[in-house]
Amino acid sequence: MNIDASLLPYLVLLPFVVSGVSLFLPSNARNLAAGLAGAVTLAALAATVLLYPQITGGAVVREHVSWLPQLGLDLAWRLDGVSWLFALLITGIGALVVLYAHYYMSSEDPVPRFYAYLLGFMGSMLGLVVSGNLVQLVFFWEMTSLMSFLLIGYWYHNANARDGARMALVITTLGGFCLLAGVLVVGHVVGSYDIDVVLASFDVLRDHPFFVPALALILVGAFTKSAQFPFHFWLPHAMAAPTPVSAYLHSATMVKAGVYLMIRLWPVMSGSETWYFVVTLGGLLTFLVGGVFAVVQNDLKGILAYSTISHLGLITLLIGLSTPAALAAAVFHVFNHATFKASLFMAAGVIDHETGTRDVRRLSGLMRYMPFTGALAIIAAGAMAGVPLLNGFISKEMFLTETLELHTGSWIDRMLPVFATIGSAFSVLYSVRFIHQVFFGPKPTDLPREPHEPVAWMRLPIELLVAICLIVGIVPGLVVEPLMTTALAGVLGPNIPALNLALWHGFTPALLLSMLALAGGVLGYALLYRYLGNRDYSTVPWAGRVRARQLFDAGLSAVFASATALTRLLSTRRLQAQLFLLVTVGLLAGLSPLILERALGRAGVPLAGELPLTQLDPAFVALWAFGIAAAIGAAYLAKFHRLAALILTSGVGLVVCLTFVWLSAPDLAVTQLLVEIVTTVLLLLGLRWLPQRYEALRPQREEWRARLRRGRDMLLAVAAGGGVAALAYAAMTRPAVEGISGYFLRNAYEGGGGKNVVNVLLVDFRGFDTMGEITVLAIVGLTVFALLRRFRPAREVLGKPKQQLHQREYDLQREEREVGDTVVDYLHVPRVVMHRLFPLITLFAVFLFLRGHDQPGGGFAAGVTMAIAFILQYMASGTRYVEERLRVLPLRWIGAGLLVAALTGMGSWLFGEPFLTSAHAYVDLPLLGEVHLVSATLFDLGVFFLVIGATVLMLIALAHQSIRRSREHGDEPVPQPTRQEVDALAGTLGDFEAEDHEGEGR
Amino acid sequence: MELLLAIGIGVVAAAGIYLILRPRTFQVIIGLSLLTYAVNLFIVSTGRLKLGVAPLVGEAPVTDVAAYADPVPQALVLTSIVISFSMTALFLVLLLAARGFTGTDHVDGEEGER
Repeated sequence: MNIDASLLPYLVLLPFVVSGVSLFLPSNARNLAAGLAGAVTLAALAATVLLYPQITGGAVVREHVSWLPQLGLDLAWRLDGVSWLFALLITGIGALVVLYAHYYMSSEDPVPRFYAYLLGFMGSMLGLVVSGNLVQLVFFWEMTSLMSFLLIGYWYHNANARDGARMALVITTLGGFCLLAGVLVVGHVVGSYDIDVVLASFDVLRDHPFFVPALALILVGAFTKSAQFPFHFWLPHAMAAPTPVSAYLHSATMVKAGVYLMIRLWPVMSGSETWYFVVTLGGLLTFLVGGVFAVVQNDLKGILAYSTISHLGLITLLIGLSTPAALAAAVFHVFNHATFKASLFMAAGVIDHETGTRDVRRLSGLMRYMPFTGALAIIAAGAMAGVPLLNGFISKEMFLTETLELHTGSWIDRMLPVFATIGSAFSVLYSVRFIHQVFFGPKPTDLPREPHEPVAWMRLPIELLVAICLIVGIVPGLVVEPLMTTALAGVLGPNIPALNLALWHGFTPALLLSMLALAGGVLGYALLYRYLGNRDYSTVPWAGRVRARQLFDAGLSAVFASATALTRLLSTRRLQAQLFLLVTVGLLAGLSPLILERALGRAGVPLAGELPLTQLDPAFVALWAFGIAAAIGAAYLAKFHRLAALILTSGVGLVVCLTFVWLSAPDLAVTQLLVEIVTTVLLLLGLRWLPQRYEALRPQREEWRARLRRGRDMLLAVAAGGGVAALAYAAMTRPAVEGISGYFLRNAYEGGGGKNVVNVLLVDFRGFDTMGEITVLAIVGLTVFALLRRFRPAREVLGKPKQQLHQREYDLQREEREVGDTVVDYLHVPRVVMHRLFPLITLFAVFLFLRGHDQPGGGFAAGVTMAIAFILQYMASGTRYVEERLRVLPLRWIGAGLLVAALTGMGSWLFGEPFLTSAHAYVDLPLLGEVHLVSATLFDLGVFFLVIGATVLMLIALAHQSIRRSREHGDEPVPQPTRQEVDALAGTLGDFEAEDHEGEGR
Repeated sequence: MELLLAIGIGVVAAAGIYLILRPRTFQVIIGLSLLTYAVNLFIVSTGRLKLGVAPLVGEAPVTDVAAYADPVPQALVLTSIVISFSMTALFLVLLLAARGFTGTDHVDGEEGER
């Protein structure tokens, strides 16, 4: 593969693919999962490193894939210096974290799931930084929120983890939502979502009135993600995540996403008054608040979390200053912070892992037990505090230099050096406390475990990171200066300020401030040592009253409560009320034109149109007289006489079927007739499981409310029915509009190779719809099957039906009869006929199928016919008899059908045509003569198979319930039906052998 | 004939709507079936009444489109028949499962006001 832009989509895609694979590994496949994750991460790291030569000096690598060009949405991949730096952090620290996690995670943890989330996060993060399109960037932004939610909640049995995960998700997705809105505004103003275009639209964007709203929305996104005040509080709660997650997400990557976004948009957004004020002040507040809170934490990870907040504030502040030099300092500190904070998190993880606690009040004197880890942690903490010879010192000095510069001359600007020094002093203070309380002092007394050094492999990532801290701190010009130059060129273009990274700049005011901060921090710790000592300060004294967490919880429950109240106010769970409203609204909507016409004083349109009426046929009158009576009868009887209502409904169905014949719709008539048969059988099978409802038990004097409701419903039904009738009449008496029908009629034979236009429409012109339709049918079949596997009938219908009890009684009373004799010859003659009919119906199905393209019929009708052939055998002889002789396997039919249909569709790809393009040809075959071959017929074959499978599956699944019922019933003191009885009863429809043994266990 | 068919469609629809407003699941399932019939007939009727001219074309190119019944509503209704069949099947099974699960055949899963 070439090392160029075409690599970028794979860089993002690969982690997702392996993440998906990892999810399916067995939960104890620790080594395999870690190996896979490590390989992917190293590959991504290698790709990133190899891409470096192409992006130096402000060059940009791009890869465009057109997706929705009409909406300006392309899949755009873009790598420049600054994205490259972030990609390096993501893959580099990612690789170290993968290694570290392998030793950190306990053997009880389902590790493959962990790596799956971690890789998913890595892919999202890489996608975020190499996106060349703002909408795409937001998409990956949301993906990182989601993955972080999963990672924080990885130990979901822990309530803190669940709460922390939810809080992080709520805050960051809230920000993500604002960001999306902001991005949409920017896209609207600029006219494109492409980052290159946006970055080139400085003038358009800045002068636009929407600039400030867009900026505000985008900053909410960045601030929530990068834990800036006042959205910072989710980060400490996210510490419930496993420590490798904190080392990765909460130091190096995810929290830097907001920073990345601000750097990304820096060229077009920075320098404005709003930007300067909001970003600088927000950063400053975060810097100070984070520093103060970090000092009083007792949890190791808590200290690191608030310190991260504080350092992110520092970076944000620098970005807000809007000068190239400040930006350079910000980018440099992003890199430095990632290295020392990741190593500190890992060290904290080691301490937790080896001692069993992260509480600084219990930890003490660990230097005795783990000198190597201690030394590493001290160096990393020194970098965090800004001690010379370490990378943190250099970036902090750059920071102090920038704060000393005068930017706007406002009071913030003038006070900045003071606040910056105070903040830095806090940084020193908590670093000293971290080290002193944990590693020095007396021997620890109440540790859960005897501490010792971790395995060397677990320490290796820390060693590498600390080595980077040292190299960068001592010889900054060697490696890191070119990297920083490249990164800055990505944002600033060719006009990069001279970085001049060096350990020693002479005695500058910044050096003085830096020394002041160091001294102040150490002095502060010495003074506060006793005060901080071993007390429980879970909150800062002066802020103890206002806890962000409580505010958040209160806010969240208020949202839930109001949503519930609104739902209660505006909605109902009662189906009848909903349907009543639905029909009423439908009726009113239908009537609204008439009402409006009246109100506007226009002449109404007559109901009847100008088309001459068709001559009334007496047979049609008779047909519909029956149809109308049957419909009313069904409505009347549906409550107390279900069987009668079902028969009458089928009667209406037959009337409909005959009407289709009349209306020149033979295909519909055939299908309706067949479906009517299957539906009736299905409902008959279902009737068995409904409770009996006796009309005699009906209350003599009905409640007036019930009557009122029935009357009301009837009125509505009549009104709606009248509306439908009027609409139908109005439509039928007006001349047809020339629509698309003509096209189909003209092209069916020419283009589709069939004479039956309806069938050609279904399998050719609208083949894709039919594909969807049969998929629905398959899903319904499977759902019915699945639901019935767990079916529990109501208790009162568990017993035998009345008729069966009568027969049993009769047989028991007579000496010469065995139980079951009465029904053994039940339907004997029809049974023989039905057996013989099987091949005949099969032939008929094949006939329907083959003629479908030219004459009424087709795959669907044929499939239902075949299903009827099967179900007829079941009805005649019972499950056992049939299944001993015939293996139906409906699931395979469904699968085969879908496969045939889909493969036929894909076949057209071989000829370079779109999915489901049909072809037909006349071929001369020996013996048969000229044969018309149509590819759509093959598609119809898929329909045929699938319909057989789905229909048979539903019918058999329902039919099988009866025998299961009697088996389960066998546990109770009701006589078990004999084998003979079962076989005999099978003929009476409904009592079949249970196919699956799912139900037996219960 | 148009009037009779329109009335027929209206009555079947009214019966269906009345039934779907009833509280018992079986009534609702019958109601849905009736409503389906009405809607299918209605859709086919929008192709206007044309007797004895099924949309079966010959090999010669079609010149007079009006000489055939409209194939589009028919194709739509063919789909509709299939989908309503699967809907009936699904609803029936849900009904039975809910009946076993809740102990009542009321549509809300609990006995409301009678």
